[in-house]
Amino acid sequence: MEGELAHIGAGLAAIGSGAAAIGVGHVAGNFLAGALRNPSAAAGQTATLFIGIAFAEALGIFSFLVALLLMFAVG
Amino acid sequence: MADEAHSAEGGLSFHPLDQFEVHRLFGEGPIHWYTITNVTMWMAIAVVCIVLLLVIGTRKRAVVPSRTQSVAETLYGFVYTMVEDVTGKDGIKYFPYIFTLFIFILISNFLGLLPMSFTTTSHIAVTAILAFAVFFTVTIIGFVKNGAAFLGLFWVSSAPLALRPILAIIEVISYFVRPVSHSIRLAGNLMAGHAVLKVFAGFAQVGFIIAPVAILGVVAIYALEVLVSAIQAYVFTILTCVYLKDALHPSH
Amino acid sequence: MADTAVEHGAEAGGAGMPQLDFSTFPNQIFWLVVTLIVIYFILSRVALPRIGAVLAERQGTITNDIAAAEELKQRAQEAEAAYEKALVDARAEAGKIVDTAKADIQAELDVQLAKADAEIAAQTAESEKAIAEIQAGAADAVKAVAKDTAKEIVAAMGGKADAKAITAAVTARMKG
Repeated sequence: MEGELAHIGAGLAAIGSGAAAIGVGHVAGNFLAGALRNPSAAAGQTATLFIGIAFAEALGIFSFLVALLLMFAVG
Repeated sequence: MADEAHSAEGGLSFHPLDQFEVHRLFGEGPIHWYTITNVTMWMAIAVVCIVLLLVIGTRKRAVVPSRTQSVAETLYGFVYTMVEDVTGKDGIKYFPYIFTLFIFILISNFLGLLPMSFTTTSHIAVTAILAFAVFFTVTIIGFVKNGAAFLGLFWVSSAPLALRPILAIIEVISYFVRPVSHSIRLAGNLMAGHAVLKVFAGFAQVGFIIAPVAILGVVAIYALEVLVSAIQAYVFTILTCVYLKDALHPSH
Repeated sequence: MADTAVEHGAEAGGAGMPQLDFSTFPNQIFWLVVTLIVIYFILSRVALPRIGAVLAERQGTITNDIAAAEELKQRAQEAEAAYEKALVDARAEAGKIVDTAKADIQAELDVQLAKADAEIAAQTAESEKAIAEIQAGAADAVKAVAKDTAKEIVAAMGGKADAKAITAAVTARMKG
């Protein structure tokens, strides 16, 4: 029973990955919108773009990790 | 528990995490710190690849480069401009250190994509050491270069005075979370990608209709993983540069 | 919890996360540190200085080549300018020579013309003189013949011709 609950919890935690996907899309989309308005400034900001994506993605990875822990380490 | 999961899948055998197991290369027995394991082997292969690419590939010192040499030069130029752009001129002397991290992560990530291989960078132990090495190096550099002024990093002087203590707490927390997120991002990305590959490969056992779809899925995910491997190496490196910049110039 | 799960997972094969199997951590950490130190020394002693030197050398070569090309271009431009100048000079020189030659020829021509005119004039004068002489000679001859004839006629008429009178008469007659 406890193991099954852990699996349900893992599924819930995996939703966080989808949320991170929204976040990453938001970052990339806004970057693109800005880059199209001012293409000359875009090249210098790609590093910032990747840092932003990395931060947004890290949280998704955390939730994925929680899901994995619930799946394989708990129960 | 895993066995239950397997039986619940109805005869399918999913072992997506088997590929991450550390085991002895020779003989049986417990794994000591000096034991030669598959970790040792794949790290040695990474070293060999790096030597082939960066030492053997450039031994002619040609002014007009060969293919291997131009790859090595492109990597060099890429990391060099990154370090220079992000940290400024005084960060250049840490370039070999940053390049070591970059090339190790990049080559390990790509080696991990070979079938039957072992991905050293998918292990928390490995990435945590990498990240804590960066964390301690950066913190020590910060204090050596700036002394107590390095603590100004946490005191946001552009914010209203009342907010500053709260911001300082947040800054301190985020500073100490850095190595955690830094390491888990890398390991998590690779682990997730490889596990997904393995799961798709597992679906390919089903047969007729699902198998081709699963194999197409493996191809697509594999392409994504190639991209992720390079981007994660880049992200790890550029975050290292950003942290280094904070240490060298703490007052934003 | 991870410890036990994985300890058991190692035999079961697949259960538990290998990433959280703390018993393998010292092994991984040790070999990672060894690997990183090896890579760091290979890179900082051999690879990076070499690549940096190659890149610097290439940059230097390119800069030198550009400078050399620039210099060659400059030289070519100088050569072209010199050539143009030489051409202009040569044209001027040629014009000058032509002018001088023309002047010389003109002068020569004038001299020759003058000489020729003088010669012609001299010859004309000589010829006139000769004609005059011939005329004079002819008149004298006519006078002599007339005198002789007159003497003969007078003699034939039976008179005794006075030489002085005949000469005077002929001369008067010829003048008349």
